[in-house]
Amino acid sequence: MALSGMRGLSVFISDIRNCQNKEQERLRVDKELGNVRTRFKNEKGLTPYEKKKYVWKMLYIYMLGYDVDFGHMEAVSLISAPKYPEKQVGYIVTSCLLNENHDFLRLAINTVRNDIIGRNETFQCLALTMVGNIGGREFAESLAPDVQKLLISSSCRPLVRKKAALCLLRLYRKNPDVVNVDGWSDRMAQLLDERDLGVLTSSMSLLVALVSNNHDAYWSCLPKCVKILERLARNQDVPQEYTYYGIPTPWLQVKTMRALQYFPTIEDPNTRRSLFEVLQRILMGTDVVKNVNKNNASHAVLFEALALVMHLDAEKEMMSQCVALLGKFIAVREPNIRYLGLENMTRMLMVSDVQDIIKRHQAQIITSLKDPDISIRRRALDLLYGMCDVSNAKDIVEELLQYLSSADFAMREELSLKAAILAEKFAPDLSWYVDVILQLIDKAGDFVSDDIWFRVVQFVTNNEDLQPYAAAKAREYLDKPAIHETMVKVSAYLLGEYSHLLARRPGCSPKEIFGIIHEKLPTVSTSTVPILLSTYAKILMHTQPSDPELQNQIWAIFSKYESCIDVEIQQRAVEYFALSRKGAALMDILAEMPKFPERQSSLLKKAEDAEVDTAEQSAIKLRAQQQTSNALVVTDQRPANGTPHVGQLGLVMVPSSANADHNLEDQGLAQENGTLSKVDPQSPSPSADLLGDLLGPLAIEGPPGAAAPTEQHAIPASEGDPNPADALALAPVDEQTNSVQPIGNIAERFNALCLKDSGVLYEDPNIQIGIKAEWRAHHGRLVLFLGNKNTSSLASVQALILPPSHLKMELSLVPETIPPRAQVQCPLEVMNLRPSRDVAVLDFSYKFGTSSVNVKLRLPAVLNKFLHPIAVTAEEFFPQWRSLSGPPLKLQEVVRGVRPMLLLEMANLFNSLRLMVCPGLVSSYFFSHGPLSST
Amino acid sequence: MGIRFILMVNKQGQTRLAQYYEYLTLEERRALEGEIVRKCLARNEQQCSFVEHRTYKIVYRRYASLFFLVGVDNGENELAILEFIHLLVETMDRHFGNVCELDIMFHLEKAHFMLEEMVMNGCIVETSKANILTPIQLMDKAS
Repeated sequence: MALSGMRGLSVFISDIRNCQNKEQERLRVDKELGNVRTRFKNEKGLTPYEKKKYVWKMLYIYMLGYDVDFGHMEAVSLISAPKYPEKQVGYIVTSCLLNENHDFLRLAINTVRNDIIGRNETFQCLALTMVGNIGGREFAESLAPDVQKLLISSSCRPLVRKKAALCLLRLYRKNPDVVNVDGWSDRMAQLLDERDLGVLTSSMSLLVALVSNNHDAYWSCLPKCVKILERLARNQDVPQEYTYYGIPTPWLQVKTMRALQYFPTIEDPNTRRSLFEVLQRILMGTDVVKNVNKNNASHAVLFEALALVMHLDAEKEMMSQCVALLGKFIAVREPNIRYLGLENMTRMLMVSDVQDIIKRHQAQIITSLKDPDISIRRRALDLLYGMCDVSNAKDIVEELLQYLSSADFAMREELSLKAAILAEKFAPDLSWYVDVILQLIDKAGDFVSDDIWFRVVQFVTNNEDLQPYAAAKAREYLDKPAIHETMVKVSAYLLGEYSHLLARRPGCSPKEIFGIIHEKLPTVSTSTVPILLSTYAKILMHTQPSDPELQNQIWAIFSKYESCIDVEIQQRAVEYFALSRKGAALMDILAEMPKFPERQSSLLKKAEDAEVDTAEQSAIKLRAQQQTSNALVVTDQRPANGTPHVGQLGLVMVPSSANADHNLEDQGLAQENGTLSKVDPQSPSPSADLLGDLLGPLAIEGPPGAAAPTEQHAIPASEGDPNPADALALAPVDEQTNSVQPIGNIAERFNALCLKDSGVLYEDPNIQIGIKAEWRAHHGRLVLFLGNKNTSSLASVQALILPPSHLKMELSLVPETIPPRAQVQCPLEVMNLRPSRDVAVLDFSYKFGTSSVNVKLRLPAVLNKFLHPIAVTAEEFFPQWRSLSGPPLKLQEVVRGVRPMLLLEMANLFNSLRLMVCPGLVSSYFFSHGPLSST
Repeated sequence: MGIRFILMVNKQGQTRLAQYYEYLTLEERRALEGEIVRKCLARNEQQCSFVEHRTYKIVYRRYASLFFLVGVDNGENELAILEFIHLLVETMDRHFGNVCELDIMFHLEKAHFMLEEMVMNGCIVETSKANILTPIQLMDKAS
């Protein structure tokens, strides 16, 4: 009968199995939990059998992913049951449900100890297993001597001793002092004389742990390990039960070779010779056989032997034998072997000097970069990265760049970072380096961090020969129809500095350069505008004799931005405007940037740091990293891709329109009415440390010293100031009855976001949700930035999108938990199917402490975001207008009662609604048109 | 440490057995299992049996409708783990006779007992099927 005759449990499992959906399952589970809870409450009536049954149900429910927050005591109490079946359940369920720090576990220490020192072998095994799985420090201190005794006892049977070995391993990990090195090393060596292969298997794991900590103390174990390996390799005294498809326990062979890799060298010539004989036999004698299991098992041994040979740094001959084998493996059809071949080749790079032999396989490895299996592609990428040097950098990097266009999203970031690092490290010449990075920005701009383009600028600034080339390249890219914003930044910067070097080439007059850069201005974010302003100032400075038309154009732009709400932009505009009137003095003030002091590439530094990190990853750190899934946790203060700090989004101005809940049309009106004093497509200024590094000295004169980077990070306003939006006098609109009150007005935030593409969507004392959006025709890509403002985690985070019928929306996975002070980015893809004024809603909830919060937030994926304005001159306008037949193609409306508003402001407002203003017509009329993109 | 967790999941993605050798909260487990299932179940026969995920490497194998997924540390010998999965399946076969998903569902406790005998604290304790099954046979006799 199922589950040793527990009928109720079988029924429950059947019920669960028959559930049609998750909701039914939850109902059934809740019912069962209620049932179990009531049963546990009147404990007097429970027999051990019943208790056992309920405890299994708890484990089952827990396995299904439901919280079981009661009944732990009952599970633990079963440990002291007198009969084996109950005791066993108690031990197993306890070790599944509880962690080592659970209080109830302490209560059980005495019972557990009694079982360990008792005479009943089966009880001993149960107790040792549980302690081995979840024993903590307290267990280590009180039980270690008993466990050691069992492990070396001659009267104890193997079935107990093998468990004692791994139990001791756990206790040693919890408190290394419990194993006294002096006394234990001899005993450990004795243990390895053991005949029983079960005891040897677990003792070998114990040895690995001990040796990895202190190999000096366990020298005497080394020859014993070699002996064991010989015994297994020669199949001497290996019982049939331990032979797996004809191979003497491959797992023990692997473990033994692993232990040997912790000893730095083998000095004793005899031991060394014996070991190499065994290894040679494995290397030569492993054939490919038909049986999959046998093949896998023998190759498991072979790969471990390869690792050991590499570790021992054998003679050149054996090494090249290894590389030859690996070269064979990376070309086989069997994907597992191919994967492992690549992986081990990468390891081989690190330990020995075989680069040249590996390079012979470069073509094959590049083929693997296009393998249909992402696991294999990743290995290939790692290997290419590892084997790259000056001699093959050009080939490899170009291969990576080529692959970048077709690479899957999951790999692009890594790919571009690696390509950038290799290009910098091994560039045969600098112009090639500039080419690579510009291509990288062109193909994968989203993944090119600011560090990367800063570095290009540094190189170009410091190398005069490179300047005309880089400027020409930048100019070429500007001709492309759609370029990434990073490309706008880097080309604007380069052309500002060096375009005068191109002046005689076609299309490179100051006016043309200005024109093509200025074309991009409406499409860029606030972090780019200051760079463009600097470029304009530089162009102006280089235009000698000055061109009055160009000068007026640029001055107009400066004066437009003099009232910009963004401080950085405003300051630059004001300063450049003033400076540019100084005539010849301008030359001195805006002179070319001085050379950057030589410094370590922050990119390479980052790469090094990452390596150190991986080497020192502790369990806690790992856990912190594991919190998120596909989404990216940015706990670092520095934005990864040059996106402005979302923390700063707290500073975003919210227009104070009176009516919070009007539709788009009304909203436009409200603003026309002049309730809005100022609208600007604004988002926060770039972090000072990012651009300050490069552009800081540009503002005023710049001795090299002033070019030193500003080290401190901008502190996000939301951290320092719990209520950055409190300037808003308006009472927040209460959209929910949660006890946690939102900061700022949700409706106003929404309205503001309808006009711009980044800002705060929602904020309360616990969380800030920022949004950054990009729109391309009928597609939109939004990123939600979920920032936990607290020092403890936010739990049960859920985000549901309720899209209206005309929008197709896909939100990437939102992690359940947001770690303290962390920010999680969740991309959201939007596709507009037809025009509609309906608005998508984000149903967002989370738990913090005892309070749970649920808000429904309108998402700014509104009609105007999908508009695509077209520039039309005044002359072209009327013929076009007349050729249109009427609604819905054209609409004419006269708006009355509009409070006067500055022309510029009004134009700005329309621009931010993505409606084009047609200049040069009668000044009081606005004509806006643009086709709506939809599929 | 070696093995960090062992999961048995059917092709609908339902967990049939989960054994962790490091403590993860329920939320962490749920998220992890969801991610792994999404990643591994979508793979085809021509792809290798290893998937890198977070800091784990997942070694997996499919038997009819059931996936066996083992999370290991990055340095672990992948093929040894792959064959360890097969050893586990053969052991269950020996006990149940051609084991299937239902055997594991309705005999969860036995599946756990077997695992207990085979893995402890993430290390392999025993690879002899006879030894692994002895305690279960004793119990069956007793009841």
